[in-house]
Amino acid sequence: MIALIDYGAGNLTSVKKALTALGAAFTVPESPDDCGVASGLIVPGVGHFSATTALGAPWRDAIGRAVRAGTPLLGICVGMQWLFEGSDEAPDVPGLGLLEGRCQLLRGDAGQRLKIPHVGWNVLQPPRGPQGSPPHAFSGRLLAGLPSAPHVYFTHSFAAPVTTDCVASTTHAESFAAAVERGHVFGVQFHPEKSGDAGLQILRNYLEICA
Amino acid sequence: MLTKRIIACMDVRDGQVVKGVRFQQLRHAGDPAALARRYNVEGIDEVVVLDVTATLESRQALARTISAVAREIFLPLTVGGGIRSEDAAAAAVEAGADKVSLNTAALRTPELVTTLARRYGSQAVIVAIDAKRQGDRFGVFVRSGTSDAARDAVEWAREAEARGAGEILLTSMDRDGTRAGFDCELTAAVADAVNIPVIASGGAGGLEHFAEVFTRGHADAALAASIFHYADTGVADLKRYLNAEGIPVRL
Repeated sequence: MIALIDYGAGNLTSVKKALTALGAAFTVPESPDDCGVASGLIVPGVGHFSATTALGAPWRDAIGRAVRAGTPLLGICVGMQWLFEGSDEAPDVPGLGLLEGRCQLLRGDAGQRLKIPHVGWNVLQPPRGPQGSPPHAFSGRLLAGLPSAPHVYFTHSFAAPVTTDCVASTTHAESFAAAVERGHVFGVQFHPEKSGDAGLQILRNYLEICA
Repeated sequence: MLTKRIIACMDVRDGQVVKGVRFQQLRHAGDPAALARRYNVEGIDEVVVLDVTATLESRQALARTISAVAREIFLPLTVGGGIRSEDAAAAAVEAGADKVSLNTAALRTPELVTTLARRYGSQAVIVAIDAKRQGDRFGVFVRSGTSDAARDAVEWAREAEARGAGEILLTSMDRDGTRAGFDCELTAAVADAVNIPVIASGGAGGLEHFAEVFTRGHADAALAASIFHYADTGVADLKRYLNAEGIPVRL
């Protein structure tokens, strides 16, 4: 049973529909205590980083406990940004701090018509790995089985930096972390539930990790 | 690189897709969910559902339509037409819309744009502008194009952005349904004035019209309805053409 964490701002409907289409059982826990029994957690998200304040100490503790106990966690969009230490979008709001780094406003490039927010379909690339690593293979479990250079749907203004946890980066005037993976903590800046077949493959991978 | 988006619009009345010429003469084009499924297979990037009647009775039918379409496709889904309140927007989102498109209501109560942007994020709020040439400027029309709002389209687009809109859906009323090509001058005027994506609409007839509006019109996305509905122009063919023309698209 997947626990879909609702903090009021995110539109859960589209994630629910995608999970339903994939045959996954899920619940939207009303109490933080319910996180402990889930086989996997998903923190969806659209909107402002400050919306995550709805997930107060009891939720943070419960999610943290579940992750320490080995439960997989997938953050989507703002849900992924929340995995980091924080975001310049709401400097006073702490992230979960499972991953190092802070999310920053994308700069864009007016001269090249690279607008912010970054809205639309863009390409996932493996971040530059150690020398000798194959150029077009994604490392890790979340992006397994994807074709090379898949397009996925983004809609955001802030983004996480490319760190060693990054398994796919995307370029929009600058490179940012499009997908992250550390152990059983996963995050995607794009919306897999809105990214057609490639997105469904990623969600299917996550469900298999949780199974 | 961010691709140029191809968006299919379905004008819906009583749960059926209809399409008119210059906002008139509606004719039937089929079941929304079936059409959405076809577009998904063909590689459409986004779908817009516009409720063209927007009466109270059609509200519940619209929710059913949104829900049926959202079950079929895992792509961004925008809903517009008669969304005049936060409640109406919430109902659309609850039914499965990722974005709501505001037109008349945004002009009448611009605060609604800000309210919805705060609640759902700017990415979920599209301001739709129906524009018509008036001499050397572009005027804004509301109420399905029947009423002159006495506003300048470029100036209104800037205000909409400042109030929190995440995208502009810009329809040329002069070109809508004519298949004479997008109004590239209108599109460029607005796209150059704002920093949010502009979706060009109205006038798509042939493949070259899309290439034009992405290059000369500076559009971020292009929307069409009838040419996709009646399968005159396949989405897959269009994208292959644009790719060959050097315009980045999702293939």
